[in-house]
Amino acid sequence: MSFSSITTEPIGTYFSGRRRRLYSILGLCIALIVIAVLAAGVGSVHIPLVTTFSILVDKLPLVDIPQSWQSAVSTIVWEIRLPRVIMAALVGAALAVAGATYQGLFRNPLADPYLIGVAQGASLGAVIGFLLPATAQSLGVDIIPLFAFVGALVSTAVVYILARVGKTVPVTTLILAGVALGALLGSIVSYLIIFSGEKMHGIIFWLMGSFALSQWSEVRIVLPYVVVGTAVIIIFSRMLNVVQLDEEQAQQLGVSVERFKLILLAAATLITAASVSFVGTIGFVGIIIPHTVRLIWGADHRFLLPLSMLTGAIFMILADLIARTAMAPTEIPIGVITAICGAPFFLYLLRRRKKVIF
Amino acid sequence: MIELEMQNISLGYNSQPILRDINLKASPSELVGLIGPNGSGKSTIIKAISRVIAPIAGSILLDGKDITGISRIELARLVGVVPQMPLLPSAFTAFDIVLMGRNPHLGLFQSEGQRDWALVWQAMDRTITRPLANRRVNELSGGEIQCLLIARVLVQETKVILLDEPTANLDIGRQLEILDMIKTLCVENSYTVLAALHDLNLAAQYCNRLYLINQGRIHAQGTPAEVITDQNIKEVYGAEECVYPHPINSLPAVMVRASRNKKTKT
Repeated sequence: MSFSSITTEPIGTYFSGRRRRLYSILGLCIALIVIAVLAAGVGSVHIPLVTTFSILVDKLPLVDIPQSWQSAVSTIVWEIRLPRVIMAALVGAALAVAGATYQGLFRNPLADPYLIGVAQGASLGAVIGFLLPATAQSLGVDIIPLFAFVGALVSTAVVYILARVGKTVPVTTLILAGVALGALLGSIVSYLIIFSGEKMHGIIFWLMGSFALSQWSEVRIVLPYVVVGTAVIIIFSRMLNVVQLDEEQAQQLGVSVERFKLILLAAATLITAASVSFVGTIGFVGIIIPHTVRLIWGADHRFLLPLSMLTGAIFMILADLIARTAMAPTEIPIGVITAICGAPFFLYLLRRRKKVIF
Repeated sequence: MIELEMQNISLGYNSQPILRDINLKASPSELVGLIGPNGSGKSTIIKAISRVIAPIAGSILLDGKDITGISRIELARLVGVVPQMPLLPSAFTAFDIVLMGRNPHLGLFQSEGQRDWALVWQAMDRTITRPLANRRVNELSGGEIQCLLIARVLVQETKVILLDEPTANLDIGRQLEILDMIKTLCVENSYTVLAALHDLNLAAQYCNRLYLINQGRIHAQGTPAEVITDQNIKEVYGAEECVYPHPINSLPAVMVRASRNKKTKT
């Protein structure tokens, strides 16, 4: 076989598809930066785009722009809005990547990051944190994120252990154990909410999710989890494609399926847990973003994962922008926005492109 | 070139053996057939050699080396499997599916390159599947998928190839096409090929040696003429007097008649 025959039609299509998706990744990176800067300028105090941009560039090392703005404006952009925008981007990216990972691992289009108990565990942890007599003021630290994080990890670990059959963890058992434990934890959360008295409002607001309290200190905690977890998942994206065949064929093609499942579940669960601990269990992003990406760019996980990450980040920044500006000064819970804006758009895509996506 | 051997193997699920004390051997350039009734454990043997299930007792050797001492990725470079009519993920193209055969040769931080793509095209030419390259697999017929899976195993570049019912559900033309292809590849590349087959006529025509499996044991083994005999077929399948020499090459051929002496219910 000579190499000259490679230049025929099919491979041309194959490579143009790859190139198109690479350009899309590049384009989305640029869009993410532009939208983040724009979002940092919009709010109750309007700040011109040029000023926002100058403030941000001024913060870069070795760059010094003569200050033409009030320092209060700089504080609004740098200390209040930007951490919020970046937190939204991180959480959007994390939930979208985790959703795509779970859907791929479980070979199930209905999977989302909360399928195996992360959300209910985090909620229960957070509610217990709310109900404890100790408060953030008395302890000096906010214990809610810590409790939520531990709750999320413990419940997922319990689901994983319960789903073990001999040396394997079959995905159907995992899903069923996750749904059952999730229902149990969810009912405990409901029970606790009813008896939570004057703390009820705070709890419910936390459960629906919000970026209102996001600060640099929180970004600094969430960032390493999301970066490392996402990197691990993207490294394994070729094998995630192979696992789409079925576990038996994946083994015959050299994938140690059980170890692979454990690594990817751990990575996806960690980034989800770190995200929801600070901003609450924001729904819908984890299921809708990966499917939207599949509809537009196809099912190859090597592109699906990075594209989901970028699309999720952009979507969450925009959703949070709407949440804080649409009914200002009242904030709309972010979970409401993600569903109201996401669902119709996704249904539109689904109807317009009638093709197999999964 | 790899010599495949199973020594005193017992296989089963949940430590309930369905196969006991199996001894089996396959050599390079040899096409060895596994025949036997439905549920006799032909697929189970293939799963054990590809280490999808672990044997209850005994050992499986590749060139004398026990496969339990070989890592999964290394094993996938030595042994390739063409599974029986699997469901393929419909969102992938035929090209994607064949390219997955390169997985065992790629490191964690590597992605496919020139050589891998060239191998895919070569294998697709070989199996006449190149025109399907950009089609989604849910649009393909059973025969086309079978050819794709053979292309995938070629791309995997293994010396041992296991096939699980490669001709099930195919029309007679496709059956011959695929077995001719397998036979040629086996001889040309000195592959060691083990195929589970349910069609006794095809097994007799194409295989060098056969193992007839029944009730958890090897009932008979040897050349097609030694294995496919009136007596063996009667003992295993209960069909009487149906083996005749093929008119052209005198290999055994199974020709059935509607039950003449069995009382049909009226």
